[in-house]
Amino acid sequence: MTPPRRGRLLWALLALSALLLLAGLAAGGDGWSPAGLWQLLQGPDAALIVGQIRAPRTLGAWLAGGLLGLAGALAQGLFRNPLADPFLLGSASGASAAVVAVLAAGALGAQGVMPVAGWLSRIGLVAAAFGGALGGVLLTLLLARGAQHTLRLLLAGVVVGVVLSAFSDLITMLVPEALRGRQVFMLGSTGYLGWDSCALLALGLALTLPLAQRLSRVLDALVLGEDSARSLGLALPQLRLLLVCLLAAATGLAVSQAGLVAFVGLAAPHLVRRIAPGAHGYTLLASTGAGAVLLLAADVVARSLIAPQELPVGVLTALFGGIYLLWLLSRQREA
Amino acid sequence: MAWLLVGTAAAAPPQRIVSLVPGLTESLCVLAACARLVGTDRYSNWPPEVQALPKLGGLDDAQVERIAALKPDLVLAAPSARAVERLQALGLTVIVLHTRSHEDVQHNLRRLGDLLGDAGRAQAAWAAIERQMAEAAARVPPAQRGRSVYFEVESTPYAAGPQSFIGQTLQRLSLHNIVPAVLGPFPKLSPEFVVRAQPQIVIAEDRNLRDMARRPGWAALPALQSQQVCAFPSASYEVLVRPGPRMGEAALQLADCLAGLGKEPR
Repeated sequence: MTPPRRGRLLWALLALSALLLLAGLAAGGDGWSPAGLWQLLQGPDAALIVGQIRAPRTLGAWLAGGLLGLAGALAQGLFRNPLADPFLLGSASGASAAVVAVLAAGALGAQGVMPVAGWLSRIGLVAAAFGGALGGVLLTLLLARGAQHTLRLLLAGVVVGVVLSAFSDLITMLVPEALRGRQVFMLGSTGYLGWDSCALLALGLALTLPLAQRLSRVLDALVLGEDSARSLGLALPQLRLLLVCLLAAATGLAVSQAGLVAFVGLAAPHLVRRIAPGAHGYTLLASTGAGAVLLLAADVVARSLIAPQELPVGVLTALFGGIYLLWLLSRQREA
Repeated sequence: MAWLLVGTAAAAPPQRIVSLVPGLTESLCVLAACARLVGTDRYSNWPPEVQALPKLGGLDDAQVERIAALKPDLVLAAPSARAVERLQALGLTVIVLHTRSHEDVQHNLRRLGDLLGDAGRAQAAWAAIERQMAEAAARVPPAQRGRSVYFEVESTPYAAGPQSFIGQTLQRLSLHNIVPAVLGPFPKLSPEFVVRAQPQIVIAEDRNLRDMARRPGWAALPALQSQQVCAFPSASYEVLVRPGPRMGEAALQLADCLAGLGKEPR
């Protein structure tokens, strides 16, 4: 692959982003309708419907997708495994466990059954999801006693995932009112993203992406194997821990705002490596763009397909992502 | 944006209301404010006129844009929904109400009555529920009073405990709940618990009751053997499990079933 191809992919992602960001403004309660957008802009509701709802939602989906794409590329580089995804280290199960706990607390409410319940229900679902995601990863790190050993880290992540999911199941069994909210969180949604969410997501991306790129050298070295990486004089334990923290922050932020959107983090780096393979500095950047485009495209379709109702965006990303990965596998077998 | 300011001031009675909770939709309509509803959640289906209103998703996946486009001056919701935060951030007036117990329903009616500037009607609405409850309690044949009851909410099985609004109604009808209060409002039971508790009466949706005797050990339940069961088709079952102004009607439905049971041999 020649460098121009990599450049072309970045330009294509940029162009697609611009196109989709515009398309997102035209996708809403009446389905996808540019004419409807034009009418709306002439009317008195433009500031509210377009300015306060559609615009932040569209930008938010793009940013959350970017964070997931970045996290996916980080995870796959860190674990040297193309099947790694951002939710691997317990962040997904941690986030949903915290969300379920808050939902259940809200349902129990001021019943006086548990004083904790009233306090928990005030945390809010976004903060709970973020805290839960970080907590899940922290638990994984504790169980694995740091990030030195890939296998131990992966196993600890699986264990934390299973245990925290069981915890969520237990709470939903005890407080069935939390079931519907949990399901909505697990399917992902961009419907509640406002400008404040966008500011948080943008800040997160602005902090994690440059840092990740500075660490891309470590990921490149890891491709050669841990011994070779160490022989290059890299302080692997600390650097890997830093990478895990970046991965957790990016994932936790995206998940807290948009729920557990499936497959974007897995598919985006695949897509980039397939079209324009390169060093990790490039892969991280391009995966961020690819994730952003994937999630926003899915969101525009999710808003339009069965309007005035809406599909959960996670259903579409899982469907598209799954079909894409299957296609990829079959192509590889033929080759 | 002027309407936003009007919305937050909330001094005048609300004229454009969105309800995201079926029980609150029903309460509004009982308070003669059905015409002020401009949209509901997808589960609100009573009274029939609300079925024609725009359906704006569920409480947990409410469609913010469509709600905002309807320009409501009041949105009714239940706790812990992320939609509440978002709608409030958009400047809408959102009122969060619990619907778990008889007291909640009474409180909600009073609150809505105050908001609509019609406290008298709210009082009358609650009095009507109370009257129906008392009438239902009187209709229960003496032979049925004090008998033990299992009210099934889900076939997995979930029961209605004494703390739930359903449990409170059963208590008004002088029935003894097999579920102890400590288990909470809607506890998931072990199937064995029900078999050991030997309820004398079983109440459930008809499709769940149909296969109940086929559950291991359940055929031995005296209630099932002697047909001391209240099987409700889904439409009337829905009345039983909705915390709202039709709780009195629900009590009457239950009492009528209990009266029917008395005629059969025990």
